[in-house]
Amino acid sequence: MAVLSEEQTMLRDMAREWTQNESPVGNYRKVRDGKPKEGFDPAVHRTMAEMGWTGIVIPEEYGGTDFGWLSLGLVIEETAKTLTASPIAASALAASALVLGDSDAGKQEWLPRLASGEAVGSLAFDEGARHAPDAIATTATLEADGWTLQGRKAFVQEATGADLLIVAAKTGEDIALFAVPADAAGVTIAPRHLTDSRGHGEVTLAGVHVPASARIGDAKIYEAVLDRARTLAAAEMLGMSQQAFDTTLAYLKQRVQFGEIIARFQALQHRMADLFTRIELMRSAVEGGLAALDSGVDVPATVAVAKAVANETMHLVSREAIQLHGGIGMTDEYDIGFVIKRARVLENAWGSAAFHRDRFATLAGY
Amino acid sequence: MATTAEAAPQSTLEDFRGQVCGWLEANFPPSLKGKGMAIVGPEGADALGPEGTAWRKAIGEKGWGTPTWPREYGGGGLSRGEAKVLQDEMARIGAWSPIGGMGIMMFGPTLLEYGSDEQKARHIPAICRGEVRWCQGYSEPGAGSDLASLQMFAADAGDHYVVNGQKTWTSGGQWADWCFALVRTDKTKKHEGITFVLIDMTTPGIEVKPIRMISGISPFCETFFTEVSVPKENRVGAEGQGWTIGKRLLQHERTNLSGGAGPRLGLGAAPLSQVAKDALGIDAAGKLADPELRVRIARFEIEWRAFLLTAARVVQEAKAQGGVSVVSSILKTVGTKLGQERAELLIEIAGLQGLGWEGDGFTSAELEATRTWLSGKATTIYGGSTEIQNNVVAKQILGMLDHQ
Repeated sequence: MAVLSEEQTMLRDMAREWTQNESPVGNYRKVRDGKPKEGFDPAVHRTMAEMGWTGIVIPEEYGGTDFGWLSLGLVIEETAKTLTASPIAASALAASALVLGDSDAGKQEWLPRLASGEAVGSLAFDEGARHAPDAIATTATLEADGWTLQGRKAFVQEATGADLLIVAAKTGEDIALFAVPADAAGVTIAPRHLTDSRGHGEVTLAGVHVPASARIGDAKIYEAVLDRARTLAAAEMLGMSQQAFDTTLAYLKQRVQFGEIIARFQALQHRMADLFTRIELMRSAVEGGLAALDSGVDVPATVAVAKAVANETMHLVSREAIQLHGGIGMTDEYDIGFVIKRARVLENAWGSAAFHRDRFATLAGY
Repeated sequence: MATTAEAAPQSTLEDFRGQVCGWLEANFPPSLKGKGMAIVGPEGADALGPEGTAWRKAIGEKGWGTPTWPREYGGGGLSRGEAKVLQDEMARIGAWSPIGGMGIMMFGPTLLEYGSDEQKARHIPAICRGEVRWCQGYSEPGAGSDLASLQMFAADAGDHYVVNGQKTWTSGGQWADWCFALVRTDKTKKHEGITFVLIDMTTPGIEVKPIRMISGISPFCETFFTEVSVPKENRVGAEGQGWTIGKRLLQHERTNLSGGAGPRLGLGAAPLSQVAKDALGIDAAGKLADPELRVRIARFEIEWRAFLLTAARVVQEAKAQGGVSVVSSILKTVGTKLGQERAELLIEIAGLQGLGWEGDGFTSAELEATRTWLSGKATTIYGGSTEIQNNVVAKQILGMLDHQ
């Protein structure tokens, strides 16, 4: 655990307490079975907003607290432990595009509503099943009274509950970001049900017209927002990995076979020691990524390390958690099986381990 | 270990910095700049000639080879802040401490904690001056990972013990003046039958045989003890307290082994990717010509960054919580694994040129790399093997129980 300020410690403790008491895995199960249109429970989102969690990376002048990315990461890590279905990460990322960008009108219009939780935002960047930030075919054409957007975005997170989409589109050779209301004429959102039962959707932009002020940032902002998205996904995986590990450890300490508690078997002890070691390295890498976002030092490489390590560790933990539980880990009744189904979605989101190894090597010049 | 006041006012530290600069200028011979890494043999700094000897004596008298050890026993008596200033100033001008070895890393701190006043007065000043070489008498042929099963017996003979048995993996045993050893004084109890004693290596009955390793060098010895007389005044702590004292010493050893991995691999060494680019070239897109190796190097360098972040986190957490972080227990396992991984990648990049053993056709750096690759296999075995570390993590941190 990183060394935290008093403010951050309070925030983390509050998030931990709320998650464990008010947002158990059973609530995630209810969302899955109840299939709300948004992909999350709007009442739960309001509660999280009331605690200030929707404004953590938004400046005070727009109604946020500006606590920073490590602070937001702490909340995401805690709420992820029970797989809390929440759009706060997606919404914070949409807000960060506005904060980093240069459209005052866009900031005025959206940031106060995102900070209060009244509006939900999300990033509509990727256009295929795999993360490919350079492969953007969506176009934005400049006209006398604004821009017209044309294209299709695949597997947009929280799409079915979003009020605002931050769309990456080509303006000629360059990529720029646009703030597009989800209810704008020409926007259609088709749900895509993935293994994690969350609100993913395919977004079609058919001649969507937006004002000039909707262009909120250039390719540099796009890169910066992508690094924030990668790091928050890593933070969510950190919480999930830790929880899956703790749950598995508790199970090994009560399961009896051959007349013994199976935690006594060295074959299992060494596998758990290895997972413990890897999760501690993952924690350092993820906290390092979050801290880099706050300090601005060596961000791209540090984020590549965070996401690559998080992906590989999450992948291993999610498989080992099932194996070490044995048959009961395969049942829908048991919570541990939820982990792998969310894990793979996050591993794909914003770049696989292979993507980030390649990125790390490229950044290092080899 | 006793250290003097923690925080000194900044102005005092700056005064101290001035003193350090003046003293280093007067005493550190510029001809020795950067040569610290070359010291490997038994002669230490003295191998570098009269200037090396003069430098060892100067820093030894000052106590700055052991900067935070108490002044009364020949240490520097510095606060941590002052020691940091000293370290910074020495690094800045390329100065290095010739005072090293097991006396500094493991034995000294343990004796300061558990030794009698007489023992400290007798042994610590000589360690501070770099005059006495210590070796470790722990492992035996039948007691490796299961160290507490050691058999070397110390029979009570009134005012002394009579020691019979064999130690192995005695690092630097052929050069050592003294040995700190774990011996058995009670055959009826396993852990409580162990006692910590100091043995003068010139005592009759001690025979030292160097062990030739796969790397071709002999850093370790087998040491045989036949009817060796050890005065009882050389026992540290009480009879039967040896396991407690011996484990404390191992903690110092592990801290040094993992801590040392950073400087050894991170500083001064060229990044693997640079070595690979120089050897294999790049393609039109600027990527390493061997794509599969490129991926494995990236994987290594990413893990290495995560390891460095973890090592930094351990330091921060220890400072904030005022104790040792549980995470420190994984540093040795991870640091040594990555060190071996790096050595394997280095020889792989070089192909057969990376397997030169001796003679013509190889640079000294290449021959050195071969030996380093081989000797590095010891790192996951000594100081508590990776398997033993995993046992410790599982039982002491994770609370997984012993097999019944």
